[in-house]
Amino acid sequence: MTSTKHDVLVIGGGNAALCAALTAREAGASVLLLESAPREWRGGNSQHTRNLRCMHDAPQDVLTDAYPEEEYWQDLKRVTGGITDEALARLVIRDSAHCRDWMRRHGVHFQPSLSGTLQLSRTNAFFMGGGKALVNAYYRSAEQMGVEIRYQAPVDRLELRDARFEAACIGTERIEAGACVVASGGFESNREWMRQAWGQIDGAWVADNFLIRGTRFNMGVLLKFLIDNGADAVGDPTQSHCVAIDARAPLYDGGICTRVDCVSLGIMVNRQGARFYDEGEDFWPKRYAIWGRLVAQQPGQIAYSVIDAKAIGRFMPPVFPGEKAQSLPGLALKLGLDERAFVRTLEDYNAACRAGAFDHAALDDCHTEGLAPPKSHWARPIDTAPFYAYALRPGITFTYLGVKVNAQAAVHFSGKPSSNLFAAGEIMAGNVLGKGYTAGVGMAIGTAFGRIAGTQAAAALREDKRAAA
Amino acid sequence: MQPLEALAAEARTLAIGAPLPAPGEAEVARQMQICNACRYCEGFCAVFPAMTRRLEFGKADIHYLANLCHNCGACLHACQYAPPHEFAVNVPQAMAQVRVLTYAEYAWPPALGRLYQRNGLTLTLALAAGLALFLLLAITMKATLWQQLPPGGFYQVFPHDLMVAMFAPIFLFALLALALGVRCFWKDISPGDRAKDAPGSAVSEAARDALLLKYLDGGHGQGCNEADDAFSLWRRRFHHFTFYGFLLCFAATSAAALYHYIFGWSAPYALASLPVLLGTAGGIGLLIGPAGLLWLNLGRHPLHGDAAQKPMDRGFLALLFLASVSGLALLAWRDSNATTLLLALHLGVAMAIFLTLPYGKFAHGIYRSAALLKWAIERRQPSHLQLEA
Repeated sequence: MTSTKHDVLVIGGGNAALCAALTAREAGASVLLLESAPREWRGGNSQHTRNLRCMHDAPQDVLTDAYPEEEYWQDLKRVTGGITDEALARLVIRDSAHCRDWMRRHGVHFQPSLSGTLQLSRTNAFFMGGGKALVNAYYRSAEQMGVEIRYQAPVDRLELRDARFEAACIGTERIEAGACVVASGGFESNREWMRQAWGQIDGAWVADNFLIRGTRFNMGVLLKFLIDNGADAVGDPTQSHCVAIDARAPLYDGGICTRVDCVSLGIMVNRQGARFYDEGEDFWPKRYAIWGRLVAQQPGQIAYSVIDAKAIGRFMPPVFPGEKAQSLPGLALKLGLDERAFVRTLEDYNAACRAGAFDHAALDDCHTEGLAPPKSHWARPIDTAPFYAYALRPGITFTYLGVKVNAQAAVHFSGKPSSNLFAAGEIMAGNVLGKGYTAGVGMAIGTAFGRIAGTQAAAALREDKRAAA
Repeated sequence: MQPLEALAAEARTLAIGAPLPAPGEAEVARQMQICNACRYCEGFCAVFPAMTRRLEFGKADIHYLANLCHNCGACLHACQYAPPHEFAVNVPQAMAQVRVLTYAEYAWPPALGRLYQRNGLTLTLALAAGLALFLLLAITMKATLWQQLPPGGFYQVFPHDLMVAMFAPIFLFALLALALGVRCFWKDISPGDRAKDAPGSAVSEAARDALLLKYLDGGHGQGCNEADDAFSLWRRRFHHFTFYGFLLCFAATSAAALYHYIFGWSAPYALASLPVLLGTAGGIGLLIGPAGLLWLNLGRHPLHGDAAQKPMDRGFLALLFLASVSGLALLAWRDSNATTLLLALHLGVAMAIFLTLPYGKFAHGIYRSAALLKWAIERRQPSHLQLEA
C-alpha cells in the first residue's frame, strides 16, 4: 500500500518536527507530518519544556539585559566540557536571536521568567503556558496552513538508496516523499536500550532505576534504524539531560514538577548514609543538571536530600511531601537507612560547618572545613526540627546519542551528507550537546535545526525538480 | 504521610475547630500542590501567581483561588498533567466544583444554600411561581389576559404600589443575602484584612479587572478557550453584552422610578424617553449576551468546568434571555391585545430572577469580585517566601 506522495515528509510530532513542517510549508512544499503518539500525547518531550535560551544584545520584551553570542557559547562550552561542534553550536545560538518573531507568527506567546526562576530572566524566554501551549499553537498553525497531520503513525523503517530517502514505512504502508525530516526524538523511553547502554552492576540493570521525565513514545526506532543503515552516529548512549527527581515520580511524563530543589540547602546522602558530592558547589540552577548522573553513579541509583526546618520556604515546593521526622534517627528510620551511619554523617557535617552570613542568593561564606567531600556554600548545621528528606532517582529528560548532521541539517552517511534526508531535534542534539545541559538549550537546538531542516527539505525538492527538468 | 501523623493532623484540625475539607476542596489542594511545583501557567491569570505565594492550601485559600478562577480553560489545554496523564490535573473543573460549594456554604440564610444542589429545579420552580403569580393576578384584576389597555393603563393591571410592594422587598432581600454571604466569605479568605482599609489603587484595580473581565483575555489578549485549544474573545464580549445589558435595564428601572416619584410621570413612557431607550439597549444586550453565552456553553470542551453545574449556568442565561424577550415584546406590542399577557410574563420572569439572585449563578459575580479585590491587595504585599536561589 502506497499513500499519496507529498513533497516533504516530517517524522515526529514535537517542537523540531513542527518547526520543520511549518518552514517547509512556508517554502511552498506539501507536507505530511507523522506523529507516533495519539493526539492527546502529541508533542514528544516538547510538551514538558518551558523556555528557549536566547541570544540577545539588548533587553527584549521578556528578556532582561543582554546575553551576547560569546557568553552563550562559553556557557555551552563549559557545560559540555568542550564536547560540542562549535560551528553548529553557533548556528543554534545565532538562530535563537531572531527565531522568536517567527514563533510568535505561529501563535507562540512569551512571558517573563516564572516565579522561582529569576536567575533565568536574562537568558531564557518562557513560553506562556509552557511547552504544551507552544505545541498546540504550532499544530493549530500547521493545520491552518494545510500541513497534513497523522497521529498514531509510528514509522518503523525508511527506504534509503545511496544515502537518499525514498519512502517511510508503517508496517505494510509505504509513504513516499521527495524529502524527509527525521525529528523523532531520542531513545530514552526504550527501557531495553537504556539497560544495554548502562549495563549491570552486581547483576542488576542500572537503568532499571531510572525514571523518564518525558514522553513514553521516544523509542529510538529511527535512530537505531539510521545508525544500523550507515548513518554516522554522534554521542555516547549514556549521556543525556539527566536530573535527580523525586523517586516517587511516575515512570514517564513526570515533567518539571518532579524535580526537588532543596539539594543546595541541605546535604545529599546515598543508600549507605554517606555524602558523595559538594552540594554547595555553585548556584542550584547551574548544578541541577549534574545530579541525575551523580545519583546514577550511587549504589542502587538512589540518594536522599536532607534538610531541616530552616530550609522551608526557600525552595520551589516539590510535588510530593517530604518524609518528615522530629529527630535525625527518626528520619533515618523513615528512609530505611542505617541509623548509625546516617546520624554520623549528619554529625560530622554539622561539626564541620563554619558559620557565616547565610545568603542563598549569593555564593556565601557558609562552608565546611575538614570534610570530604566539602560543602562550599550554604553550609548550615542541620539541627532544627522538623527534619525532612526526599528520595531522589535519576530522571532522564532526553538522550544525546544521535546522527551526525551538517549545517544544513543533512544526515551524514560515511562522512557525506544526504541530499534529501534531514534530522532535527533530539535525534541530532548530540552534535551540539556531547554531555551536560543548560536550561532552554534543547528547545534552541530543536527550533534552529527544525527550521533549517524544513527549509533545506523544501529546497532539496526544488533542486530535484530542476535537475529532472 | 504516615497514618499516625495523619490522625494527629486530623485531631489538631478538629481541636482548633477548622472543618475538614470537602472532597472538592481536597481535590483543589491536591492539584495546587502539583501546579505549585510546575508554575507554567503563571502568565494566564491571577490564580497561579496567587498560588505561588503559598506552600499549603487550606480551606480558605482553596475558596479564594476557586473564585479567582474565571474558568477560561487556558491552563487545561496547556497542562502537561491534564488527563489522560495519571496526575489528572484539570484546574478549571476542580475550581468550578469548589465555587458552587462557596455559593452554597456562604448563602444566607444558610439553609437556602441547599438550593444550589438542584439549581435547575430551583430556577424552574421560581419561574413557575413567578409566572403563576402574575398570570393569576392579572386574571384577578382584569378577568382576561387578552385585552388592549387604554392609554396609561399599565397600572390598571398591576397597580404601581402593588408592584413596588412585591419587588422592592425581594430585591432588597437579595442584596442583603448577597452582602451577608460575601461578608462571611471575605472574613474567611482575608482574616484581619478589612476591605475598607484596602489601598485605593487595589480597589480600583479590582474594579477594573472585574468590569473589563481582564482574566478572560488569556494573559496575551487573544482570549480564552471554548471548544478547543484555540483562543477566542467571544466569551468576554458576550459577557459584556450580558452584564452591561443587565445594568442598562437596571438603569431603565431607576430612571422610571425617578420619573414616577420625582416628576409624577406615569408609565408607559414614550419610545424616545430615557427609561425606554435604556431598557431597549439593555434588552438588546440581554438578548445577544445570554444567547451567545449559551451558544458557547453548548460548544464548550467537555473537560471544561463542572458538567453538573450546566443546569445552573444555562438556567440563569435562559432566565435573562426570557426577561429580555418578554420585555422587548411588551414594548413592541404594548398597544395590542397581548399587553396584559406580556406584562404578566415579563414580571413573572423578572420575579424569578430576583427571587433566585442570591441562590443561583448571579452569585459568581459577587464572590469573583471579592476574590479579585483580595488578589489586588495581596499582590501589593511582599511575599514571605524566598524561593529565588
